[in-house]
Amino acid sequence: MAEFEMLTIQGLGVSFDGFKAVDDLNFLVDRNELRVVIGPNGAGKTTLLDLICGKTKATSGTIRFKSHELTAMKEHDIVRAGVGRKFQTPSIYENLTVAENLEVSFPRGRTAFGALFFKRTADVNERVQRVAEEVLLSDKLEQQAALLSHGQKQWLEIGMLLMQDPELLMLDEPVAGMTVNEREQTAELLNRISKNRSVIVIEHDMEFVRKIAHKVTVLHQGKVIAEGSMDKVTADPRVIEVYLGH
Amino acid sequence: MNFVTKKLGKSELIGVIVLSLVILVIFPSVFNIFRLNLIGKYLTYAFVAVSLVLLWGNGGILSLGQGVFFGLGGYCMAMFLKLEASDPVATKIQTTPGIPDFMDWNQITKLPLFWRPFHSLTFTVLAIVLVPALFSFVIGVAMFKRRVGGVYFAIITQAVALILSILIVGQQGLTGGINGITDLKTMHGWDIRSDSAKYILYYVNAVLLIGCVVFTRWVLSTKFGMLLLALREKEDRVRFSGYDVANFKTLAFCMSAVMCAIGGAMFTLQVGFMSPSFVGITPSIEMVIYTAVGGRMSVIGAVFGTLLVNFAKTFFSEDYPDFWLFLMGATFIGVVLLFPDGLAGLYERYGKPCVQRLMRRSSAAKAEPSAMQSDPGVPVAALESGGKHG
Repeated sequence: MAEFEMLTIQGLGVSFDGFKAVDDLNFLVDRNELRVVIGPNGAGKTTLLDLICGKTKATSGTIRFKSHELTAMKEHDIVRAGVGRKFQTPSIYENLTVAENLEVSFPRGRTAFGALFFKRTADVNERVQRVAEEVLLSDKLEQQAALLSHGQKQWLEIGMLLMQDPELLMLDEPVAGMTVNEREQTAELLNRISKNRSVIVIEHDMEFVRKIAHKVTVLHQGKVIAEGSMDKVTADPRVIEVYLGH
Repeated sequence: MNFVTKKLGKSELIGVIVLSLVILVIFPSVFNIFRLNLIGKYLTYAFVAVSLVLLWGNGGILSLGQGVFFGLGGYCMAMFLKLEASDPVATKIQTTPGIPDFMDWNQITKLPLFWRPFHSLTFTVLAIVLVPALFSFVIGVAMFKRRVGGVYFAIITQAVALILSILIVGQQGLTGGINGITDLKTMHGWDIRSDSAKYILYYVNAVLLIGCVVFTRWVLSTKFGMLLLALREKEDRVRFSGYDVANFKTLAFCMSAVMCAIGGAMFTLQVGFMSPSFVGITPSIEMVIYTAVGGRMSVIGAVFGTLLVNFAKTFFSEDYPDFWLFLMGATFIGVVLLFPDGLAGLYERYGKPCVQRLMRRSSAAKAEPSAMQSDPGVPVAALESGGKHG
């Protein structure tokens, strides 16, 4: 293989006071792949994302992103290397407008002094405009983010990540609390934005998963118990027992 | 509260103009030099209030130790003035002529090493800016890199204020102790106690304050300011958007420290002494109250808040000196409970609609000059006293 894998995780483990939230986990994501991670509550899905983006430090194992070893890097350096992460509850800046939310996520002027002398040039405006269209918020640019609906807030946070044009995008339950119609639109959105980047999605809504997933990974008690196409994992007896059966 | 946080651009510009008019034109023409000097003193506290708008109101970083930086600036200036007042001729009755009197009383016979550079005014001016900047940088890096924030940061800054004031009181021979550094007379031979000097210092102070107000407005209008607001709300989101949050907080802390220090230096010049009672916990917290009363999101509000509280303090403490502290506490509780956005919030809610109605009416009056000739004058006056001063 000529180039690096996008993400290679080997033997990853983390324990909180003896409880192993993630245990000897191996996980591999290709370029341009949209991977969905499912599993029962407490399976370690969110912890996995925390470990990748540096929010939680691993106790053992390696996380290789292209040529970077993420376990040794600081959070902001991981982001700058090209990893974007959306949190489970929409994390947007409610006091700012939609346009400002997108603008502060633009990857220039990232140092304290750089931000002080950051100029809103044409390319920034153009990018804000383009991303807003992508996430269906182009008519809400001047609106205060606090006034958006729950679904729109989720989209805005995805937009904030797209501003950085990450090569690996991680979304934690992006359709939680959305209407059926909004889920539809989000599925289309995810299929669009996964064209030239890798995406990891955590989701419970199996119908939604079926619409977007290239491959599905099932976690249980911090370990991968099944991996493959949607049809393959939903037919797996262990998956049915620990997750789908409930 | 959102209406105060956003879109202050144009109205803040008007605010700066109104503020400049009030402190540069109205106060000097209404008050005599004694009162004006007193207002000048209040305005030095306003530097601290403005710095807290940047740090606390927008950045969400509550420092209960801004008196430290006010004091550092004030002491730097006082050391320069004290050395000039302690020339060998004026101090010839001392055991060791040529050193500050309090050193002589404390059996010190040689000017301590760290006092010596303060013979130079250039060094002093640099020190007023650089000493607090460096000190706040060290505290900022030590705290923010370790993700110490919120209440813990507030308590630590309070501890620093306490430590510094104890240190100053304890090292009487080096610092003048509890009395502070007093008997300051001239600056390069210019008598700072004369009425004309007091006028000039008032204006210098006012212009520097307006400079700080404009600077803070500018900072808040940049991406840096937007990020301060952002990290007050969702620190993790900022961090995971690729920003080193600690650096932003540290820079904001340093900026606020320098503003406090300029205020402190101007305090020393106008009041003629500096003492540890402006360094410790009580003044630091009082200054937070000024900001809260003015409205913690508004730089203009902070200045008016400082003036209002201090006018009230002077007024009440002249008649009920024992009662004042209770009243001060009650004011703070009242402000937090009743109008959490302070004066600025009141103005936004009640004053601004009036102004906008007025502006619309006056533009309508321009269109048909006969219709509304007598009307606009009255509401303007009502607004000036009602909307701006509380």
